[in-house]
Amino acid sequence: MLKDQDRIFQNLYNDLGSDVVSSQKRGDWIGTNELTNKGRDWIINEIKDSQLRGRGGAGFPTGLKWSFAPKEVGSRPHYLVVNADESEPGTCKDRDILRFEPHKLIEGCLIASYAVQAHVCYIYIRGEYFIDGQKLQVAIDEAYEKKLIGKNAAGTGWDLDVYIHYGAGAYICGEETALLESIEGKKGQPRLKPPFPALIGLYGCPTIINNVETLAVVPTILRRGGKWFASLGREKNTGTKIFCISGNVNNPCNVEEEMSISLKELIEVHAGGVIGGWDNLQAVIPGGSSMPLIPKEKCETLNMDFDSLAAEKSGLGTAGIVVINKDQDIIKCMARIARFYKHESCGQCTPCREGSGWMWRMLERMVKGEASKDEIDMLGDVTKQIEGHTICAFGEGSSWPVQGLLRHFKNEIKKRNKFDPIVKENKNIPYLVDQHLLDKNA
Amino acid sequence: MSLRRPAKEQPENFEFNSSSLEAAKIIISKYPKDKQQSAVMALLYIAQKQNNNWIPLAAMKYIAKFLDMPYIQVYEVATFYSMYNLSPVGKYFVQVCTTTPCMIRGAYKLVEACKEKISENESELSNNKNCSWMEVECLGACVNAPMMQINDDYYEDLDKEKTLKILDQILKGETPKPGSYRGRVNNAPENNRKTLMDIKNA
Repeated sequence: MLKDQDRIFQNLYNDLGSDVVSSQKRGDWIGTNELTNKGRDWIINEIKDSQLRGRGGAGFPTGLKWSFAPKEVGSRPHYLVVNADESEPGTCKDRDILRFEPHKLIEGCLIASYAVQAHVCYIYIRGEYFIDGQKLQVAIDEAYEKKLIGKNAAGTGWDLDVYIHYGAGAYICGEETALLESIEGKKGQPRLKPPFPALIGLYGCPTIINNVETLAVVPTILRRGGKWFASLGREKNTGTKIFCISGNVNNPCNVEEEMSISLKELIEVHAGGVIGGWDNLQAVIPGGSSMPLIPKEKCETLNMDFDSLAAEKSGLGTAGIVVINKDQDIIKCMARIARFYKHESCGQCTPCREGSGWMWRMLERMVKGEASKDEIDMLGDVTKQIEGHTICAFGEGSSWPVQGLLRHFKNEIKKRNKFDPIVKENKNIPYLVDQHLLDKNA
Repeated sequence: MSLRRPAKEQPENFEFNSSSLEAAKIIISKYPKDKQQSAVMALLYIAQKQNNNWIPLAAMKYIAKFLDMPYIQVYEVATFYSMYNLSPVGKYFVQVCTTTPCMIRGAYKLVEACKEKISENESELSNNKNCSWMEVECLGACVNAPMMQINDDYYEDLDKEKTLKILDQILKGETPKPGSYRGRVNNAPENNRKTLMDIKNA
């Protein structure tokens, strides 16, 4: 288990208070200007050394992303945008940072803005987190009052304004370009990439977009050194991560742990075990609903990091672990996730808009055992037709969980859906319109 | 995609009152000078708050003029995002999360409770006209499942009985205390905490 002094979010459970004074006692905002005085290149190199990967789901190296921002500010200003549109089912880590560690986030915003030369930072919070957003707003007001942001923020000589922009219940706005569209006051429909936002982003200006957790760990990394962060976890999967363990466990919780921790330890030690015991485990969704599920046999030895999960054809995603035990109907669970994606598709690309509903309808039939044998293969086909044929990664997000179900629980579906449309008996049905369904060999 | 239609009965006129106007001006000042269109989402919220928690078409037209943008763009935004209510909802608007992490911990028991107490169907007003409920997608409190949102507040770690009690309170016009209903501290594991113990005991 990770040592307590190596945990970055000391106030994850709000034992200490989230106001600026208690945050300063924990080390936030101490010597921020000393960090920025070391220069942009030092900051970006230190983040590169730490091998920090984005915590929003895709796991893109953060230092590399920052280095894409133009070195000189041209006629267009630079922007920093924080993605706090946490909507992935199974994930609720950013909410705790917004309400209990807001100053870590704001300090991270200042350092990142300095590194990418942005004077304005927008924090895009999902509309449902209104109360948590208000708590962040209080923290922002405190920071302005203490001159930690604003003109000459925290004595760094850098001017920074931080604003909150509320979303309004669209999952797709967690996609970075849809998020930018949404800030611009449009429907949240993703843009084609390239051009990437680092060059043409918000209002057509260079924009760096990071997840809440990514930015909130930055100040601690710079204080303790990239080497310290890189010493946790394993190569290319370094540092600490907040895991959200929900579903059929005895004590669902958020916990900050070392990257590459074993899944079994997370569930057994921190979450109090699976309801009904480890043997009652059916499957685990390891990284939010869009990551394919992993059956029990593989959960025994699985480590939670980007690369080991990718090797299992799944992914770490947001590290929202949903534990499903044998009391649940696994097909029903996936059908509900398919309904989520059907509801949240933005409607821009046809394969996703039509395919997500199609998958949901087929899965609902499979739950009831009303699907035909052929449909099982057809479902697999539909997922392949969506995946890779859409503007954004929502296509993958909606088809991967279904593919995971087919990969590991195909027999379960087959057992339940024995219906065969070919008419074997009563061959002589003159009024049957679908003559091709008559079995010719029978 | 979800099906979203404006209400059949629409008021003729809509205008911001003075406090809404003030709030709107502060919002617009957050964005660069010629980018006031960015404020449309926040202004729709303000209109929704002023107009008993729903947005009439007249408000969309008003906001379009206010921000100097085409009406159809405001309409697009209002119909795209699911948190803008396009038809009247109760003063207490109950949203039950039923996505998988909540579902496997019994979210449909909460739906049953809503059906018993408020109305048989979604988005229908209760008998005393002050409540309505609907099923929604993930509200991002999966560790506290099952849960529901009433107006801005989250009610977490529920079961059917607790939900019935909460619904009784709102039907009487009271506002129940938000947060966990199993007495747990935020997102810490209940009775099983293994981390940051020195801080907890300090």
